Amino acid sequence: MSAKNAYICDVLVVGAGLAAERSAVEAAEAGLNVIILSLVPPRRSHSTAAQGGMQASLGNAALAKGDNPKIHFEDTVKGSDWGCDQEVAKMFCETVPIMIRQLDYWGVPWNRVTAGKKKLPSGIEVEDTKDKEGLITARDFGGVAKWRCCYTSDGTGHTVQFVVDTVVCKLGIPVHDRMEAIAIIHDGETCYGVVARCLRTGELNVYLAKSTVIATGGAGRIYAASTNAVINEGTGAAIALNTGLVPLGNMEAVQFHPTGMPPVFILMTEGARGDGGYLLDKNLHRFMPDYEPKKKELASRDVVSRRMIQHIRAGYGVQSKYAPQHLWLDIRHLGRQWVWTNLREIATIAGNFNGLDPAKDLVPVVPTQHYTMGGVRTNKWGYAYGLKGLFAIGEAACWDLHGFNRLGGNSLAETVTAGYIVGKQIVKYTLGATQDFNYKLVEDFVKQEEERIKNLISGKNGKEDVFEIRDAMQQTMMDHVHIFRTGPSLEQGVAKLQELYRRSLKIGLHSSGQGANPELAQALRMPGMLRTALCVAYGGLMRTESRGSHFREDYPKRDDANWLKRTLAYWKEGADLPTLDYEPVACPIMPPGDRGYGEATAGPKGK
Amino acid sequence: MGRQLSFSIFRYNPNIPGDAPRMQEYKLEEYEGMTLFVALNDIREKLDPTLMFDFVCRAAICGSCAMMINGRPGLACKTMTGTLPSRINLMPLPVFKLIGDLSVDTGTWFRNLQVRTESWIHTNKKFDPEALEVRMENKTAEAIYEPERCIECGCCVASCITANIRDDFLGATGINRVGRFLIDPRDERTDAEYFEVVGSEEGAFGCVGLMACDDNCPIELPLQQQLAFVRRKMAQAGLKLDLKGMKIS
Repeated sequence: MSAKNAYICDVLVVGAGLAAERSAVEAAEAGLNVIILSLVPPRRSHSTAAQGGMQASLGNAALAKGDNPKIHFEDTVKGSDWGCDQEVAKMFCETVPIMIRQLDYWGVPWNRVTAGKKKLPSGIEVEDTKDKEGLITARDFGGVAKWRCCYTSDGTGHTVQFVVDTVVCKLGIPVHDRMEAIAIIHDGETCYGVVARCLRTGELNVYLAKSTVIATGGAGRIYAASTNAVINEGTGAAIALNTGLVPLGNMEAVQFHPTGMPPVFILMTEGARGDGGYLLDKNLHRFMPDYEPKKKELASRDVVSRRMIQHIRAGYGVQSKYAPQHLWLDIRHLGRQWVWTNLREIATIAGNFNGLDPAKDLVPVVPTQHYTMGGVRTNKWGYAYGLKGLFAIGEAACWDLHGFNRLGGNSLAETVTAGYIVGKQIVKYTLGATQDFNYKLVEDFVKQEEERIKNLISGKNGKEDVFEIRDAMQQTMMDHVHIFRTGPSLEQGVAKLQELYRRSLKIGLHSSGQGANPELAQALRMPGMLRTALCVAYGGLMRTESRGSHFREDYPKRDDANWLKRTLAYWKEGADLPTLDYEPVACPIMPPGDRGYGEATAGPKGK
Repeated sequence: MGRQLSFSIFRYNPNIPGDAPRMQEYKLEEYEGMTLFVALNDIREKLDPTLMFDFVCRAAICGSCAMMINGRPGLACKTMTGTLPSRINLMPLPVFKLIGDLSVDTGTWFRNLQVRTESWIHTNKKFDPEALEVRMENKTAEAIYEPERCIECGCCVASCITANIRDDFLGATGINRVGRFLIDPRDERTDAEYFEVVGSEEGAFGCVGLMACDDNCPIELPLQQQLAFVRRKMAQAGLKLDLKGMKIS
């Protein structure tokens, strides 16, 4: 066995979600030769599952009046708990309105302003004025001062991905779907491309490029319960980490979305609360105003998720067939017309999976792993640390727009905005680069992957079961590295993950591994997933403060004196723990302060 | 104790030399809330790690997992085993190229469809980053969103007698896609230009009207209406063309 095919291109984009495709468009429009690799066809990417919308300060809706990039920036920094890169956030907030309008030009059917007086579920009356009629409207979302979340019903990710993919089709950019990058080819200084395994045939291919872009999304599936698609196993970030040279930034920053629907943990959009929905407890009491009198259900996600668990711990959780403990999402008062027009996707999901109609039924919800703030650490232009010719964007990257908590609607916005901004940098770098590789080096990387595959098939290193190890990892993350964290529990979690990591190096297949064997695909990913999980758990153990989504019960306060810094996790060859390094987080525009919601503002018990 | 479920699953991996198509039996005990997503993963992880199938979102929004479920096309992820008899027969979708077992290549088929129908906004306007968006009525945006919701799962294609006998038929999904651009004011194509794309028997006139597409669409797109709409538009456009495709009115 050796590499079946070798492809040479200017820009290789690994992943076909929104960040990936938007950067590919930028490169292709500059005349570069681009290839997109993806586990799945682009329109099946997890970007399409984004529901609620995309934050951009257009200021068209009644309660959006006066909005601007500066307010969006302030909301983003507060949301991040001062963990984000403020230069990146500023650039992002200034660019995203143009991105929304460009998506409109390309064909996204954004919902529009209709003029007239409206009574909101909160009782407030607002008026959308005639001068804004027909412009792109927005809905309310968590942790924001203005209505800024532009949407198409609650299928925003779907429409945006489909439209960006039309541009990819129009430009004729080749997409090699069912092709998984399994190793980065590099010489210690420069990235030359990847070794990829074809998920149709099982064959190995080589892709060589001047620029390689990691845009493979998040790693939610290191947890047993996640809103993420089953393909979100962090594969791209894991192969970057595996070089030993490229660090993952802030992996301990994991977002738990307040409203995953048990027992399947599919997302119920934040738009449900943005549009006026409530959270209720077992007594059908609306409890969020007790904890967060100002923002209520629309504090940031980290805060709402913690308040929900706090309330469950206080004995107010619902016990039902859906989950041992959960709360209710109530959107009945929004009315059937609104629910089945603007929240249609989640209404359908509630019907499909629990037989519920949210226009008349309460929907069970529980905070669920949702987003990976950390990822391949890049500079503000998207260049990955550690290797020349390597870029990262979107959820796979730590650019770092989100710091320790991402605002709802900022991820979909990040994908296209980073695709555009970093895309321009990729063009600039690629035009100045030459393709100069040593074929022996390429062959050595292919051989190494062939060797891994051979050993997994023959069981040379052991007979450990890949699915058993995966399940144990996912459960460990649930038990020890979840919303509320403590030193002793994290230590146990790290120890368990280390043991599982060592076992993952001894996986042997139960099947023949022939063709596009799914057991082999999982086995190839498993050590990388465990390294990623260890970056999360160990980074969390060492960060002795609470910031955004990283909450340490033994260190419940944000500690700006010691921890205004970003974790960089490296994986050295032969190690069974990441090596952590830190870099300062500068706050050049907005010094650390009060978020306006959360425990530090509203107090531990609220009220 | 739940029911004993008996699965009969199509097996064939064209990439393994000597492999032959066959049906294979598996037994599982059913439990509350079991979907085919859960069941198939249980089979793969506990009984047979070679079994090939596709899931991505497992929320019925990505369209990856369409298959023939007891003879009807549907999304496996949202199919509750409780709605099925205890014998469950699973086959790959017809029409699409088989990758292996229950996995078929819908990606290539749909990409070809987009390219053939040029399913992107055609406009001579240049994007102006300084300008406000062009205004649109909200009800127009909602009308575009309706057909735009198609998740390209392929159930309508698998259901379609015409698609099953001719390779070049666009299927309800293709006609729906064209219908989406037809009503979009941003697309500047004329009816005559659309006629070139769908005014033929590979397009709107290939449909023989059995409407299984409409019955089997897992997201309940109004495919029958869309077909009628596109046909009517194309019939009108056709009447305005002479045989050489020149506009005479």
